[in-house]
Amino acid sequence: MLIKQLSVFLENKKGRLMEVTQVLGEANVNMSAFSVADTSEFGILRMIVSDPEKAVEVLKAKDFSVKLTDVVCLNAPNQPGSLAKALQILGNDGVFIEYMYAFSMGESANVVLKPKNLDKCIKVLQDHKMELVKASDLYKL
Amino acid sequence: MIWNEKMECASRELMSEVQSERLVNTVKRSYHNVPFFRKKMQEMHLVPEDIKGIEDLHKLPFTVKQDMRDNYPYGLFAVPMSEIVRLHASSGTTGKPTVVGYTRKDLASWAEVVTRTLAMAGVHKEDIVQVAYGYGLFTGGLGIHYGTENLGASVIPISGGNTKKQIQLMRDFGSTVLACTPSYALYLAEVIEEMGISPEELKIRIGIFGAEPWSQNMRLEIEKRLGLKAIDIFGLSEIIGPGVSCECECQNGLHINEDHFIPEIIDPETHEPLPGGSYGELVFTTISKEGIPMIRYRTRDLTRLNYEKCECGRTLVRMEKCTGRSDDMLIIRGVNVFPSQIESVLLEMSETAPHYQLIVEREGTMDSLTLQVEVEERFFSDEIRELQGLRKKIAHNIQSTLGISVNVKLVEPKTIERTAGKAKRVIDKRKI
Repeated sequence: MLIKQLSVFLENKKGRLMEVTQVLGEANVNMSAFSVADTSEFGILRMIVSDPEKAVEVLKAKDFSVKLTDVVCLNAPNQPGSLAKALQILGNDGVFIEYMYAFSMGESANVVLKPKNLDKCIKVLQDHKMELVKASDLYKL
Repeated sequence: MIWNEKMECASRELMSEVQSERLVNTVKRSYHNVPFFRKKMQEMHLVPEDIKGIEDLHKLPFTVKQDMRDNYPYGLFAVPMSEIVRLHASSGTTGKPTVVGYTRKDLASWAEVVTRTLAMAGVHKEDIVQVAYGYGLFTGGLGIHYGTENLGASVIPISGGNTKKQIQLMRDFGSTVLACTPSYALYLAEVIEEMGISPEELKIRIGIFGAEPWSQNMRLEIEKRLGLKAIDIFGLSEIIGPGVSCECECQNGLHINEDHFIPEIIDPETHEPLPGGSYGELVFTTISKEGIPMIRYRTRDLTRLNYEKCECGRTLVRMEKCTGRSDDMLIIRGVNVFPSQIESVLLEMSETAPHYQLIVEREGTMDSLTLQVEVEERFFSDEIRELQGLRKKIAHNIQSTLGISVNVKLVEPKTIERTAGKAKRVIDKRKI
């Protein structure tokens, strides 16, 4: 259930994002989800990649500050109101979300969640029969 | 006006005589009362009798700022505490300040030298002197204060900050002399303009500016915007505070009160005394101070000396405006900052300090300090909140240790330029 998300520290500087993607591309690491959190001075790049360990290794070799963080990925129908429903369930049970990002593909959408309490989040979603994406499946996308 | 014509216009023979007599006396007192100094002399196989006059000054050991820290707080005092009537301190590395103590006679000598400097600058009894240097542990405020009273002029002891009130009192009280740091003077000029007050409404005619380096251009700008004559004053708490030297109205070098503080110029590398006129590190020996005499104190300021008689009539040796320092100390908004202090703040937060770089800039009139810190993996969190928290914590710790605000910028690892593997700690972009 747990998914290893790759995070990279980036200064707000021209070309840095391109360099990260280039390094990963050269190492034959594919990205299936991607988001950037930014402030006026720096940003954090968060992604789901095909081979997290390898990604860490190649980025570290290029002096990037990287980190693997456990997240969960929810699969919800790609239709109005489905994300609201999931968030309501989590909210009712007091699961605090640090950040999230989503991408949709045809019939369904994947929502990457970083809850404050990972175990509780998984349990609440499973109790409500919500579908969680397996790491191996997500890395392959 | 020349306050003490006898000493300020003394012949070189008379000055050397006075200096020699006082030096011999100072060495004797220090040797017998300061164990640290005695030990240093003994290590060099020197006894007080070896010092017969200023020609023997070069034989004596140097004193450096670290000696003051090692003997914190009172180890270098040459009199019992019952004789000390005032303590001052300057900000120090790793949280420990350097402490200086004054006897009643020291306070009188201090007032005397400050009075001389004010008179040199053209201040007289009728003047109203607004002292906008900080009052407190810093020697600036109280130093100028007692000199002004001694001169017989009126003091407005407003201390630093509170800019709008400064300007209000300047106008309402008719201040004629402003004493503060040059950067604060420029800031005052800016706010005066913003408030729509024209310089004609103010009576300020002389500025006594010091405690930080400033350029000739800055002088011209201050003079133009505030309509005053900007005089450079120099001092350091280890020697006495403000009043060590000051420009006269000729504004051509700072006259050193050398019957109280003997200056020398040394080569900062070899420590050899340099002949008159050479650039080098300024070293002072106090010869009238009782509380904490300083023998050959290395100021780390770089300058040169001019022994020619000045047009103003004074024969007191003149030092050029300081051009730099032989160590890495920065003076930011009047506060002494060593990069090592920043490092020790960062060290408190983790076992090894991250790579960092200080960038000092002058934005408009105020100095600003940016601290770039490399976000190594151990500091990296994938949450914005945590990283912002890290920035705030560093800025807060620096503020509380050094008393100076700093903008912390998080940068990627290995992005701070390294020369021969070592990071360059300071980039001073100020054009002083």
